[in-house]
Amino acid sequence: MALEVTQVLLNAQSADGAVRKLAEENLRQFQEQNVAAFLLSLSHELGNNEKPAESRKLAGLILKNSLDAKEVQRKGELAQQWLALDPAVKGQIKASLLQTLSSAAPEAHQTSAQVIAKIAAVELPQGEWPDLVVSLLKNMAEQPISHLKQATLETLGYVCEEVSADVLAQEQVNSILTAVVQGMNATETSNDVRLAATRALYNALDFAQTNFENDMERDYIMRVICEATLSADVRVRQAAFECLVSISSTYYEKLAPYMQDIFAITSKAVKEDEEPVSLQAMEFWSSICDEEIEIQEEYGGDFSGDSEVPYFRFIKQALPALVPMLLGTLTKQEEDQDQDEEVWNLAMAGGTCLGLVARNVGDDIVPLVMPYVEENISKLDWRSREAATYAFGSILEGPSLEKLTPLVNVALNFMLNAMKDENNHVKDTTAWTLGRIFEFLHGPSVDAPVITQANLPLILTVLLGSIKDEPNVAEKVCGAIYFLAQGYEGTGGLSSPLSPFFQNIVQALLATADREEAGDSRLRTSAYETLNEVVRCSTEDTAPVVMQLVPVILQKLNLTLEMQILSSEDKEKQSELQALLCGVLQVMIQKLGANEATKYGIVQYADQMMGLFLRVFACRSATVHEEAMLAIGALAYATGVEFGKYMQEFYRYLEMGLQNFEEYQVCAVTVGVVGDICRALDDKVLPFCDGIMTQLLKDLSSNQLHRSVKPPIFSCFGDIALAIEEHFEKYLMYAMPMLQGAAELAAQQANRDDEMIDYSNQLRNGIFEAYSGIFQGFKKSKAELMIPYAAHILQFIENVYQDKDRDDLVTKAAIGVLGDLADTLGTNAAPLFLQFVFYKDFLDECLSSDDQQLKETAEWAQIMVNRIA
Amino acid sequence: MARARIHKRTISDQQRRRDLALERQKECRRDLQQHARQLASSIADHHHPHYNLSNPDFQGLTDGSNEELSYGDEEESSSSSGHSEGVLGLLEGTRLRGSEAKAWYAQQFMLPEWMIDIPSHLKRDWYVMARPAGKRCLVISSSGTTFSRTRNGKLLHCFPSALPNGAKIRDVAAPSHVFCILDCIFHEPDSTYYILDVMCWRGYSLYDCSTEFRFFWRDSKLSEEKVFVPPSTYHRYRFCLVSVNECNEAGLQAAYCGPTSFQRDGVLLYNRHAHYVLGITPLALLWKDADCSQFPLDTDSKGHVPAHQQVVLRLQSDGTVVTGDDRPVVLGIMPEQFLSQKISSQAHEDGLMEDMRHSHFSRVPFFVL
Repeated sequence: MALEVTQVLLNAQSADGAVRKLAEENLRQFQEQNVAAFLLSLSHELGNNEKPAESRKLAGLILKNSLDAKEVQRKGELAQQWLALDPAVKGQIKASLLQTLSSAAPEAHQTSAQVIAKIAAVELPQGEWPDLVVSLLKNMAEQPISHLKQATLETLGYVCEEVSADVLAQEQVNSILTAVVQGMNATETSNDVRLAATRALYNALDFAQTNFENDMERDYIMRVICEATLSADVRVRQAAFECLVSISSTYYEKLAPYMQDIFAITSKAVKEDEEPVSLQAMEFWSSICDEEIEIQEEYGGDFSGDSEVPYFRFIKQALPALVPMLLGTLTKQEEDQDQDEEVWNLAMAGGTCLGLVARNVGDDIVPLVMPYVEENISKLDWRSREAATYAFGSILEGPSLEKLTPLVNVALNFMLNAMKDENNHVKDTTAWTLGRIFEFLHGPSVDAPVITQANLPLILTVLLGSIKDEPNVAEKVCGAIYFLAQGYEGTGGLSSPLSPFFQNIVQALLATADREEAGDSRLRTSAYETLNEVVRCSTEDTAPVVMQLVPVILQKLNLTLEMQILSSEDKEKQSELQALLCGVLQVMIQKLGANEATKYGIVQYADQMMGLFLRVFACRSATVHEEAMLAIGALAYATGVEFGKYMQEFYRYLEMGLQNFEEYQVCAVTVGVVGDICRALDDKVLPFCDGIMTQLLKDLSSNQLHRSVKPPIFSCFGDIALAIEEHFEKYLMYAMPMLQGAAELAAQQANRDDEMIDYSNQLRNGIFEAYSGIFQGFKKSKAELMIPYAAHILQFIENVYQDKDRDDLVTKAAIGVLGDLADTLGTNAAPLFLQFVFYKDFLDECLSSDDQQLKETAEWAQIMVNRIA
Repeated sequence: MARARIHKRTISDQQRRRDLALERQKECRRDLQQHARQLASSIADHHHPHYNLSNPDFQGLTDGSNEELSYGDEEESSSSSGHSEGVLGLLEGTRLRGSEAKAWYAQQFMLPEWMIDIPSHLKRDWYVMARPAGKRCLVISSSGTTFSRTRNGKLLHCFPSALPNGAKIRDVAAPSHVFCILDCIFHEPDSTYYILDVMCWRGYSLYDCSTEFRFFWRDSKLSEEKVFVPPSTYHRYRFCLVSVNECNEAGLQAAYCGPTSFQRDGVLLYNRHAHYVLGITPLALLWKDADCSQFPLDTDSKGHVPAHQQVVLRLQSDGTVVTGDDRPVVLGIMPEQFLSQKISSQAHEDGLMEDMRHSHFSRVPFFVL
């Protein structure tokens, strides 16, 4: 048998497809017949030093995949399967794996380390395998061979990566950290061991809360990390800086004593070390910026000594030294870096960090950067010009408008001129900088806008000229137009300063999207997305142009259906292009459909549009096109009840969208479209409701579907109930338990983190919207159906009222349901209001709110309740 | 590992499209809920729960056994009066101010279609009445005051009246849940409110009652109060019923050319089974010709008949224009040029345009009341 396994494993990697297929089939059969024996023999294969490296590696891989999967449900099944195995077999497998760590073959011990971690992930939370850490540490205790040390440290690292912090006892954490820090020590002679230890520490940092509280332990850990940043091995240095980056966010509040040293180490690395290391050193400062910006955003300007989170102003303190260090990196550009979107180098990291620093310190950055800009922006060397422009563009977010406006007023003309620079990079960065100017110094909220009636024509002449430049430049120009248009959003319905140029802008963007090379980069995407923004921000006087655009885009969408599809790459291209065009249509439908006077510009093409959308759907077999779905939602909204004629054909895609668990965004979008359709069709949606409700109920009860989709599904119940009114009765017996279950779940979230609080609020908001729709839908003729649920709903409202974590949206929804309940049930609910007296306080709270909407809803609810209570 | 950083961030629109779609959906949902709630609170359904759920006699009530109904009404009044003190405004609509109030009131009317043929079962199913010339308005009495609002939502008068709770004097003042809503025409020459219809009486909603019942109520209930007394300090304007006739020859004759105390402006027909529905309905019809109206033709602001008469047709999504007949007759197709002009003219939209925007399908006869 054992020999046979080896052969089968080798065959499974054969170049001959038939052999491979047979071997895979054999493996599958073996696994199905006897999982325990199968896994055991794999672990023996992996541990057997006599076996070929290829079969050992595959054995390990299959073992790993028998314990873990990406998909949550499958992952759970595999964990259950493992836990259910005979303990004796599990013991043998684990012993074999631990043994394999000492194998000299790198593939074998590395794979074994990973499998051990996977088993740990399943067993440790169940309280099993209590001696794992002890047996691993034993490997470190005696003077071990260095590759066993390495494999053991790797295993410890993987284990820390796999399990959550509460699973390990503090003493286990202590001994792991001791072993890891020892392995990192400068006295360790093997670089491989030091590297494994440093990487293990990276994973173990989250467990080290208690140790970081202790000054001595923390000092020691920090010292070892700092020493490792000076290792001779570049991999160790990089891993050590990665540890520092992680610490900068996890233990920001503990960093103060080390900052001086860290500044010295990082600036030396930024200046002198190899790029992978210097990038991490730079990342440390970006990460500190992130932390401090987050603290600023959370606490505003209000930092007292007793703030929960300390705020050290590390960046502000380091500023005089930090900024020159960052500026020094900007001239280290690579040739052609703008042609490749994947490139990430020190100059880019430096500019990005500079931008974060500007957001962090505001005005203080300006005097430190402007001399550099002025000195370099006109130099002959393109690197200097580009670096100066990049520096200028980077500090446009953060400092005050008062500080920036005079500078930009001077710089704007210079930038417009620089769009004619001979160097591509300079033009790229200049266009990007123009975009930043428009983003931050132009718009309805800016008092002294830098764009005026006088310079707008020149700006557009330059932009519409440069949009024909190289694709990378053109893409940045699109971005600039995007923000230019956005700045005029909401300037009023009739006309915009952009209106005289509107037609030219639209034409230029269409021409850009049509460029042959546009598909090779993000240019086509940027062109269409900019078109979207331009349309969104358009005014009434340019509506005829938008209307003329509709058939143009429809024609383009039609052309995608005739594209020749020979490869999966072709298919992807087609799908992407369809997404962009459907996106543009969605925006136009929403824009024109929102106004009665322009609605016909959409409605007259509705048949044609819907026909195309259905054909776009048909291009795929199993999934639906998200963008087409979004566009259809907008179309339903625009056409109203007339949308009914498309339902027969459209319905199956709607269902398909609701079934798409994997791409949960698609599912979420489809749920939204169901709401659109309900509002458009009212009771005409009834024939489709059995199917829709069935699918929605399935979605709610699925553990595969991303949870973020579920609150909107409840809201969707409300939409359906409101549309079909008394016909919702037949779904009530399914919907109500679902709502009650979710309500209880939302209430039970003990020791919640911010994310959970947020989610539970969304869930409750969805539940309330469902109740509102159902109450209102039944009001006319089936109100009595809700009597049995009234007490539970009032109890739920009371729970929410008592919860300090409820947000305004939930409060508003809750008080609304209180009114709906009173309104619909009338005097039937009167006894309940004697029982649930909290409603008075709740109403009082809402009535004294500053939120006008909440107040109005509460006033309304009060009238409803007072009528009966 | 370290978070991904993006160099020279470019725009990304997809999430924005999703978010905007979501925002629109949320807004629509909110509007719809709001609408449902406003109808509930403001005017219509104050007593619905009562008769829907616990009063098995409701069917009987709509047939006209008003004795029980008024009994039930009072019972509820007394049971709730103790709690409704201090309520911030009884009617949703009365709480609204400015343009919001205007928009809201403008939608609270039942609007007749033009009579373009003779409805079937005219004699069996229809009532007819002469229409007084003047301003169509809602008259609302509540919280000790009475006010009237015209078709465009504008406040016409705010005055004391003898309507229940229409003035702050004994006998008239009442708890805040007592209020009335009448559909009237204010006839300038004799400063009189001519009552066409009654939608709420003492807080009791008649919106969902048949015309037959509403008119019965109108003619019997109103005279029980001292609504038709001559004007005085606490009853500033005269109120008068417009007499309703069966659609037989005599009735039609009387409505069309019989003597009235007011200047006539056409003839109104009401289907006797119809509820009081908001907006334009084919179950109420208006007839005008030169014999029964001074304004059979459109006039300009100076009262001159212009050279051309306007007809409003329904503009369909495909650009064709049709009549409002049950099987619409296509009269033409609008040229592209016209359709684009329509947008630019929108800036100075007039009442007509506004009507077109409010109705679902631009189905508006010209010159509505």
